[in-house]
Amino acid sequence: MDILYAIAGISAISTLLSAVIVLMEKYINNYGECTIVINDNERIIKIQGGGSLLTSLSQNDIYIPSACGGKATCGLCKVQVLEGGGIMLPTEEPYLDKGDRELNMRLSCQVKVKGDMKIVVPRELFSIRAFKTEVENIEDLTYDIKLFRLKLLEPGAIEFKAGQYIQVESKPYGKIKESAIRAYSMSSIPTEKDHVELIVRLVPGGVCTTFLHEHLKLGDTLNITGPYGEFYIREGADTLVFIAGGSGLAPIKSMILDLILKNTDKKMIFFFGARSKKDLFYYEFFRELEEKHGNFTYYPALSHPDEGDDWVGDRGLITDVVSKYVPDGINKQAYLCGSPGMLKACIEVLKKMGFSDDTIFYDEF
Amino acid sequence: MEINPVAIFFASIFTSNMVLSNFLGMCSFISVSKEYKTAQGLGKAVTLVMALTTIINYVVYKYVIVPFSLEYLRFIIFIMIIAGVVQIIEMVLDRYFTDLHIKLGIFLPLITVNCAILGVSLFMVIREYNFLQSFLFGLGSGLGWWLAIEALAAIRERISSSKLPKGLEGPAITFIITGIMALAFIGFSGIFVIQ
Repeated sequence: MDILYAIAGISAISTLLSAVIVLMEKYINNYGECTIVINDNERIIKIQGGGSLLTSLSQNDIYIPSACGGKATCGLCKVQVLEGGGIMLPTEEPYLDKGDRELNMRLSCQVKVKGDMKIVVPRELFSIRAFKTEVENIEDLTYDIKLFRLKLLEPGAIEFKAGQYIQVESKPYGKIKESAIRAYSMSSIPTEKDHVELIVRLVPGGVCTTFLHEHLKLGDTLNITGPYGEFYIREGADTLVFIAGGSGLAPIKSMILDLILKNTDKKMIFFFGARSKKDLFYYEFFRELEEKHGNFTYYPALSHPDEGDDWVGDRGLITDVVSKYVPDGINKQAYLCGSPGMLKACIEVLKKMGFSDDTIFYDEF
Repeated sequence: MEINPVAIFFASIFTSNMVLSNFLGMCSFISVSKEYKTAQGLGKAVTLVMALTTIINYVVYKYVIVPFSLEYLRFIIFIMIIAGVVQIIEMVLDRYFTDLHIKLGIFLPLITVNCAILGVSLFMVIREYNFLQSFLFGLGSGLGWWLAIEALAAIRERISSSKLPKGLEGPAITFIITGIMALAFIGFSGIFVIQ
């Protein structure tokens, strides 16, 4: 009898509490229909108030980049709020510097929609979508770099500029209990809208790369969002210098193939830096491209060739090889992708050659 | 025994301080006392929640728990009510007292699991307080907790640039300060004690 009373008592009290909270939620947390004006009337969305700006926007297919999923720990989901954002919260303080505060930048995961708002969202974000994909192929490019070919299931097509990246959501595996979101550049070409290819190097201890390399199987589904990024071919210049290292080849491959498909008359020079022959991939592919297209030249260089590598190409650091073949920065643009160390060294060398900040473009990993 | 409610109020602030004589609510007391301003926010939030939950728990205890002789379930029931009330307070503040919500909002979820809050409700039952006594006990305990964390934060801010022996940095010195503060508060017990 006592047990029955106990169960009944606890259930009654918890039901009552839940009911009160649900009612409160409905009446107190009900801010009615709110209008969010984006980019000065470029887009107007009407939503039910009460949720965070981040989730409210994603329900309307505007995906603000966010790696932590709304916990105010990554600081990526910054959005300029012109009206209706209220005062900055203590949770946002660590992520907003002086410049951000002057522009009224806010963390969209912390801003609650309580009324009509006016915000500014970078236009590229409008084209960002969430995709469900299926792993169609996994291929070993080197001992630690793999190519992943994903077929888009829903929606079935992606619009992007060559050089942009997507974010992959890994699933929990082994001892890793949480999913992680990481960014990878697409190596596929924009005209192939129903597939996305990624080139991923296995980072020892990396949560997402380990998942992709060791736990992802053919036929598995994978959630991605994109496209993101400002790394794409700009107007102007008649010679394009591409420099890549390791899996940084991905966006560069996409850019070069895209330009070739568009029958560009620009001169393209591609430098690829690797340690030894076993780190080199797509060698034959680019050599063939070089033979077929007179305006494309390929310079692979090995910094530490192994004994038996039998290498006749260039040796040494990629920066030395670049300055050997590129005389100056006149009428040229440089596109770089690779490790932060490589980028820093290359930018330094390029600037000495006469490239300026607005002719050097790079994507940092 | 009928103790004057006003005596309970002052005793719970000074002589029977929740942190310094009962050592309840220590986790947030130690971890959120680095900055004076933040400690003040948490202190206010704890006071508000303590006063409100004590009243609600009193009513529930008297009119639900006792009549159905569910006394042995009071821990779980009190905890559920505290969690629920904190949720509701957060929603109400967010809607009607936006300024207050900006100051206290982030602390409210933290308070749900603050043992001092549950402690007050349990003491109220053990000591058989009536409604007025319970309310003043809850309010006083909250104020006492606020006083203690604000004092600690002020001291910690003051010594933040002082050189400490390596082994005493961080929580270690905080515990020592808390101990000295507790000793100082014992001085009040000559005035009045409630048990």
